[in-house]
Amino acid sequence: MADTTFLLAVSGLLFTLGLVGVIVRRNLLVILMFLELMLNGVILSLAVFTQMVGAEAGAVLVFLVFVVAAAEIAIAVPILLLLVRAGHSLDPGAYGGLKG
Amino acid sequence: MIETFFMSVFALGAVLGAVAMFFLRHPMRVALALIGTMLSLAAIYAQLGLHVIAIFQVLVYVGAVMVFMVYAIMLLDTRDRSFTERFSPLLVAGAIGLVLLGGVLLSGLLRGEPISAASASAGELFSIGPFARAFMDRFWLYFALAAVLLLVAEIAASAVLEIRRRSYAQAATEAKRDHG
Repeated sequence: MADTTFLLAVSGLLFTLGLVGVIVRRNLLVILMFLELMLNGVILSLAVFTQMVGAEAGAVLVFLVFVVAAAEIAIAVPILLLLVRAGHSLDPGAYGGLKG
Repeated sequence: MIETFFMSVFALGAVLGAVAMFFLRHPMRVALALIGTMLSLAAIYAQLGLHVIAIFQVLVYVGAVMVFMVYAIMLLDTRDRSFTERFSPLLVAGAIGLVLLGGVLLSGLLRGEPISAASASAGELFSIGPFARAFMDRFWLYFALAAVLLLVAEIAASAVLEIRRRSYAQAATEAKRDHG
């Protein structure tokens, strides 16, 4: 069986890469995908701990996180579509005038 | 031995996909790299014996979330500054953040106690049958509550979007009338 520490390191690396991608990339769609990458890193660590403990509740929690992620993207993409229809740009810098 | 080899290959595939997302310009290629990362993670879950999570990873993430994302990319093929310039002015700060956060996480893992390997019974526990029985016996209420909360959130977001859409349409009509 693979070392659990190795998988947790991969999980931390994926989360870090996702966070940095959100900061450095300019395209709003790509930023959304990096958010998904961060969530995948977190889910990997949760799955590894679930397997270590051997509790079904962990798998149910992972399933709920999947459901929330799907709902999140179902809200985020229409908001993005509306935003781009109004501003004609995928550059977050073009929306500096947004309030609140 | 061979399990460790395949685990390392899939972990490398996941990290390489994540790194490729930084350097690819077109959002569709970034989406394909992310799909590669997600499939590698599904293979890791399957190797860990977490069959339920592996199936949901493919069904929900690759099958639903990423397909939705690909539709959005096809709808929004805008060739503006975000396409010609990949990185924001925060590139140097992001690189420093990558080194710092990655260093802190890795040093925390390496300095801590070695974590014991997983239990051997995980494969039986997280196959479809036992998971479905436990889910329907003990956890159905939590899932129903989460589903109701998410439904309320979706309806609220849709209502807000509809209000904004109507205000945009009204403003456009008034602008056209003023122009005419």
